[in-house]
Amino acid sequence: MPLIKDGRIVEDRFVRLDEEGPLPDVVPVLVPAERFLGNQAEYLAAKVPLGVLWPNNKRVSELEPYLGRLALIALHFPAFKDGRAYSQARILRERYKYKGELRATGDILQDQFLFLLRAGFNSFEVKKDADAAAFAEAAHRYSIFYQPTGDGRTTALRERLRRFHANKTSASVPDKEHAS
Amino acid sequence: MYVYDEFDRTFVKERVNDFRGQVKRRLAGELTEDEFKPLRLMNGVYLQLHAYMLRIAIPYGTLSSKQLRMLGHVARKYDKGYGHFTTRQNIQFNWIKLEELPDAMADLASVGMHGLQTSGNCIRNITTDHFAAVAPDEIEDPRVWGEIIRQWSTLHPEFTFLPRKFKIAISAAKADRAAIRVHDIGLRLYENEAGEHGFEVMVGGGLGRTPFLGKTIREFLPKRDLLSYLEAVLRVYNQFGRRDNIYKARIKILVHEIGAEAFSKEVEAEWAQIKSGPLALDTITVADIVSRFQYPAYEALKDETEALESAKRDKQFETWYENSVAPHNQPGYAVVTVSLKPEGAPPGDATAEQMEKIAGLADRFSFGEIRVSHVQNLVLPHVAQRDLPELWRSLDALGVATPNVNLISDIISCPGLDYCSLANARSIPIAQGLTRRFRDLEKQRDLGPIHINIDGCINSCGHHHIGNIGILGVEKNGEEVYQIKLGGRSDSKAQLGELLGPAVPAGEIIDVVENIIDVYVELRKNPHERFVNVVHRVGLEPFKERIYAAH
Repeated sequence: MPLIKDGRIVEDRFVRLDEEGPLPDVVPVLVPAERFLGNQAEYLAAKVPLGVLWPNNKRVSELEPYLGRLALIALHFPAFKDGRAYSQARILRERYKYKGELRATGDILQDQFLFLLRAGFNSFEVKKDADAAAFAEAAHRYSIFYQPTGDGRTTALRERLRRFHANKTSASVPDKEHAS
Repeated sequence: MYVYDEFDRTFVKERVNDFRGQVKRRLAGELTEDEFKPLRLMNGVYLQLHAYMLRIAIPYGTLSSKQLRMLGHVARKYDKGYGHFTTRQNIQFNWIKLEELPDAMADLASVGMHGLQTSGNCIRNITTDHFAAVAPDEIEDPRVWGEIIRQWSTLHPEFTFLPRKFKIAISAAKADRAAIRVHDIGLRLYENEAGEHGFEVMVGGGLGRTPFLGKTIREFLPKRDLLSYLEAVLRVYNQFGRRDNIYKARIKILVHEIGAEAFSKEVEAEWAQIKSGPLALDTITVADIVSRFQYPAYEALKDETEALESAKRDKQFETWYENSVAPHNQPGYAVVTVSLKPEGAPPGDATAEQMEKIAGLADRFSFGEIRVSHVQNLVLPHVAQRDLPELWRSLDALGVATPNVNLISDIISCPGLDYCSLANARSIPIAQGLTRRFRDLEKQRDLGPIHINIDGCINSCGHHHIGNIGILGVEKNGEEVYQIKLGGRSDSKAQLGELLGPAVPAGEIIDVVENIIDVYVELRKNPHERFVNVVHRVGLEPFKERIYAAH
């Protein structure tokens, strides 16, 4: 399954751990939520980059205390049409200011890329090779956006005002788009 | 009417290209039907019994004459020469080929139209009062807020894969003509005691197999907070709405299961985090939206009392005038309802020729503007009173001047088993039969306002729960039988109808409705006591006795 990170197909450096088994001490690990929550201290103390695989039916506020220590949070889409993780992603990025890698896993098609990017994901485990290859094109299918999210893209509403004022006074309207 | 600018036009074009690519991938086998389904649904494309069906969004029910003409063109070129206006203020074409869909969409895009968010589990096309901006009982144009919500919800990255579809309706008048209590969110724009305008927010209304009226979770929401509050409601729903059972996935079930109070608490907590964020609506932003609504340059006219009195010497005109013409907020103007319910026809259908000609009449008599009502009629909102006789003659020639607005033959009906893959029973033939049985217009007028709503399955696109007489077709042992509800209403006194008793066979339903009407006529105190009020006064017993005693 190809992994796209920051727009490029890359090798996944994280080793995905099962519910049980030893904790490797040299490679980055991706730990299931239950396992992580059962034994946070051990994982937080480990010397390796740490990722958590978080299910879409648990509040991400539970992760808040550990965000500074996490290099990766993988949110899951059990089916294309199950969109809970979009809300989780926005809350992590926009409310808790999570800065690490935010990965979409599960049933990921090219038609979600733009939604995922806008919600704050920056890496994607894609189901089909052809979809991974289409990433760059799919991410640019639209140039007009109607609502502000944490991705900072300017909305049509704000852009109209900016142009209107640029034409009128050449002064710009303060940009309120960037969610804070 | 709202005028799309280059941003909107670019967006719609990008949307068509996106869909063209998806159709290509589907035809090439790169997408399975399962994968293609949510994508086509996002563009208003359903797979129906006989063909793909394309549903076109008509935001808050407002059309320009150019757009209506284009709908006529699409009906002629890609369909079988007609289209069907729905209870969602949209239009559906039932016979479009998948290969031709992208072309039909490109044609529609040339007039700023699309099928976006008319299906799928997203925020659907926003609906409102079909008399918006012309009704005398309104405090401001609700479509401005409909447009603000439309833009915010268009391809919303967080809310495109909700547990289930999501419908928002707005009313800004005293009378509720938008059935806001039976929507996932109903917004009532009103003036509070301090003289400020804001919204009463109701959530969890809806029909289908578990009908509920919406519950008010906020008495007064300042306008500036509209989007942040909606985002909070949707975020709570997206995370906690049920996804394990399609029949329990609407927000009404979530609100019912955890209770309106707990739901409201979750929303308030979420809202507190985002209300001062970038969704707050400042006055400049709202003013920009308002500035792109074009309102007619009305002439300074006086009410044409005398001229109309003399025109009314023609009895047919008078009948139509009394029935189909409503007051306008400008002196000398009137609001005309164009009935798409002629005797014996499927409710809400219009031919390509009718669409094109009504578009022409809108140009001549209504500043090029048309509305679609959730009752499946059209409206010409800005007609000078002096033009009414001439307009009437033209509408009559087109077969769309039946003076039956709000009367018993002004039936709402879903497409039913004749088209729809979800249906268990036919609904259009029942509607047709009823309009024939009650063809006598004088009798209809004598009966007064009666709303009959018909559904061919429990999903209730035909709103049978809120019909004064609601008819639901179900399948029993391979036969179509019909349940009847009485006493529903969708106005500001919204109420769900009550089940009358066991379902009756297709062959008897018309007689049964006639019997119900007979009971009403016998029991009403005077000719002005409406059907629905009689039902509420006397209860169901007298109706039950008459209908089931004989069986």
